[in-house]
Amino acid sequence: MAETSAPVSVTTEKDVRIVEFTNNKILDEANIAEIGQTLSSLIDERTNPKLLLDFNNVDHLSSAALGMLINANNKIRQKNGQLRLASIKPQIFEVFVITKLNKLFKILPNRSEAASSFT
Amino acid sequence: MQSKGPNARGGKGREKAAGAGGVVNSSGSAMGPNGLGGTSSGGGNSGGGRAARFSFIIASDFEESRTVQEQILAAVAAERFPEGDMFAIRLALEEAMINAIKHGNKLDREKTVRVEALVSPEEIEVVVHDQGSGFVKSDVPDPTLEENLEKNSGRGIMLIEAYMSSAEWTDGGRRLRMSKKREAQLAAG
Repeated sequence: MAETSAPVSVTTEKDVRIVEFTNNKILDEANIAEIGQTLSSLIDERTNPKLLLDFNNVDHLSSAALGMLINANNKIRQKNGQLRLASIKPQIFEVFVITKLNKLFKILPNRSEAASSFT
Repeated sequence: MQSKGPNARGGKGREKAAGAGGVVNSSGSAMGPNGLGGTSSGGGNSGGGRAARFSFIIASDFEESRTVQEQILAAVAAERFPEGDMFAIRLALEEAMINAIKHGNKLDREKTVRVEALVSPEEIEVVVHDQGSGFVKSDVPDPTLEENLEKNSGRGIMLIEAYMSSAEWTDGGRRLRMSKKREAQLAAG
């Protein structure tokens, strides 16, 4: 079952909630806040949540978006959950490398590999 | 407070009209004492050549900022900067505007942000000047340190320095001047 709530689309595969960004730019503060709220709600849904963020459509993001992802990561860890980031384009991945956030997040090349990586 | 990034080349440009819309003010030829360019040749090279110049004064408002950014980025795109440069400029400009509006002016709509840009085929220069209380750059923690990785803010300055050819903060941190020179290979087509 797919739920569409711009700016993300949320689906479920087994016990993994998959969030796909629908906007190619994650820049706008209000947009980022809305995404953050959606992620927070998904994390609150269950114990030991498993969340996969698909960046396939994302061409640009800001440091505020990185902050939002860090908040989500911190929250999911508090609930003993797991977070995976997938399908990040090279230019966006470079931002993670420059900020060394590639060490903080588990980033996989594609959705399939990310989904398989949950324990 | 100055930093230099990779790539350093000069160039010349050609004149284009500056523009503005809505609540954004634009004065195409009226540059302040610390404005960019200053002559019609803009880029400083011999042989003439002009660049697109922009000058805006906006309220501390993200929507107005978005309008300014898109106009500047449209001029950069018109010069067919490579995709990597476009990405870098968009990111640095976004970070600079967020810093000015949110951290500098504390979202106070009574405070303004002045933005000046000079876009030539070889380089873009941008000045972003807020009316906040300023900051000391050396006081900003390194966000890449282990103990700071899980902090949800503090990466804007680092990204500006990483992605632009140069970035310099003056006037107590209220004024940022940054530039990006075109990558070695021009965009195809």
